[in-house]
Amino acid sequence: MIELENVAYSYGGGALLSEISLKLAPGSFHFLTGPSGAGKTTLLKLCYGALLPTHGDVTLFGEDVSRLERDDIALVRRRMGVVHQDCRFLDHLTVSENIALPLTASGRPASAGQDDLTELMAWVGLTHRADAVPPELSGGERQRAALARAVIMSPDVVLADEPTGNVDWEMSQRLLRLLVELNKMGKTVLIATHDLSLIRAAKSQIQARVLRIANGRLQLAGADL
Amino acid sequence: MSRIDLKRLILGDKQADRVVPPSGFTAQLTIFAAAAMAFLAVFAMALSLASGRLAARWGNELAQSSTIRIVAPLDQRQAQTDAALRILETTAGVAYARALDDAEQQALLAPWFGADLDLQALPVPQLIEVIEEDTGFDAAGLRLRLAAEVPGAVLDDHSRWRAPLVAAANRLRLLGWISAVLLGASVAVMVTLAANTALAANAQVIAVLRLVGATDRYIAQAFIRRFTLRAFGGAIIGIALAMAAVSFLPKASDTAGFLTGLGFQGWHWFLPFLIPVLSALVAFVATGTAAKRALKRLA
Repeated sequence: MIELENVAYSYGGGALLSEISLKLAPGSFHFLTGPSGAGKTTLLKLCYGALLPTHGDVTLFGEDVSRLERDDIALVRRRMGVVHQDCRFLDHLTVSENIALPLTASGRPASAGQDDLTELMAWVGLTHRADAVPPELSGGERQRAALARAVIMSPDVVLADEPTGNVDWEMSQRLLRLLVELNKMGKTVLIATHDLSLIRAAKSQIQARVLRIANGRLQLAGADL
Repeated sequence: MSRIDLKRLILGDKQADRVVPPSGFTAQLTIFAAAAMAFLAVFAMALSLASGRLAARWGNELAQSSTIRIVAPLDQRQAQTDAALRILETTAGVAYARALDDAEQQALLAPWFGADLDLQALPVPQLIEVIEEDTGFDAAGLRLRLAAEVPGAVLDDHSRWRAPLVAAANRLRLLGWISAVLLGASVAVMVTLAANTALAANAQVIAVLRLVGATDRYIAQAFIRRFTLRAFGGAIIGIALAMAAVSFLPKASDTAGFLTGLGFQGWHWFLPFLIPVLSALVAFVATGTAAKRALKRLA
């Protein structure tokens, strides 16, 4: 599904990541942890083709990403849902339009995904905020809207970068429950976070693999988590 | 940008159109500039077409005839006229030559001397009309022969004064078309600048669209459609105003000069309607090129 083999990434002359090998199997759940600046976001970007490795191979759904054109990467990305800490909404569109953006961008008629959209907004508890614009949402509502946008295309993989970074404990647990629910539906989930309490909470609900980035290298986290 | 979906470009997609936020400044700039350029292009076209008509008219008249004047004492005039006609019969390139009769000469002078003029009372030269073949004749050679055999004959070769006028009219026509091309290029430059500004201002929007799986083709199309429609709409306004202005210009007439003929005649009135189409085409190509470069840069 997503496979990184002996990947290195350098920026500004310095090696940020090196000798990274990672395989995300279908239906698996992963946490990626490490201190701020360790390279979690960079690794996530390599996983969805936003960055190309300076060394090694990244394979997305059987396609070598270095051989893909930009538009081909866009097509591959439709099979993935990405959630950012800052959500990245288009502020001039309503919440429902933002959530439906992947459908619009893939050229599907607005009516085609209407049922999915209604269902999804109810699932994340944002039906009553459908016509609001993103600046009117609270932190938790933004993250839930971002999650809804990430899964509206029914992707095989969900990649989340610090999805609970800007929300309180209660909301982070709610988001976690949604991500766990997605995994139980068969989606592969990779969450980058430095919130160890979130990881501990998840491990009580689901079989999760925890990876840690330290000194630019990836390692399996110990039992202390 | 050749893969742009033409149907979607023309008919539009309400959802896709909303993806890129409206930008008032570049919209107004594009519409105004397209309108102004179209307005000027209509006048350049009118000037060029009027110059073309003028050049054609002068050219045709030039090709039609020359004149020989026989200035001789009354008792020698007929003999010299006959001699000149004999020379013309054997001159290569002369299709036809004839001496004007008294009634024709009187008609020529009537505007100045009135219809009752007695030609015998004035030393009026005898005129010979010479019609040339398409190849024309050797004017210098003919003058030499006339000088040798018909001392009172003067060949008036119209090309001496008409040819520079025809050349000037042709140059004016060319300048008109060059102006139209430059105006088209200006539209392209203006649209490119406006599109680059819009693309740069929407870098964040483009990043989000890419994040959710939008292809470059989809993103470019949102901008191309917007600028193409603006250029088309602006040009429609421009030609409407310009054609109204042209219709108020004085009509062409035989008695008035060149400026009264500055306008459109017949089917030429339909030509300005090409300008919005060309303007939209220029905007389509210019925005497509700008978008392609910008999206590559923002990758």
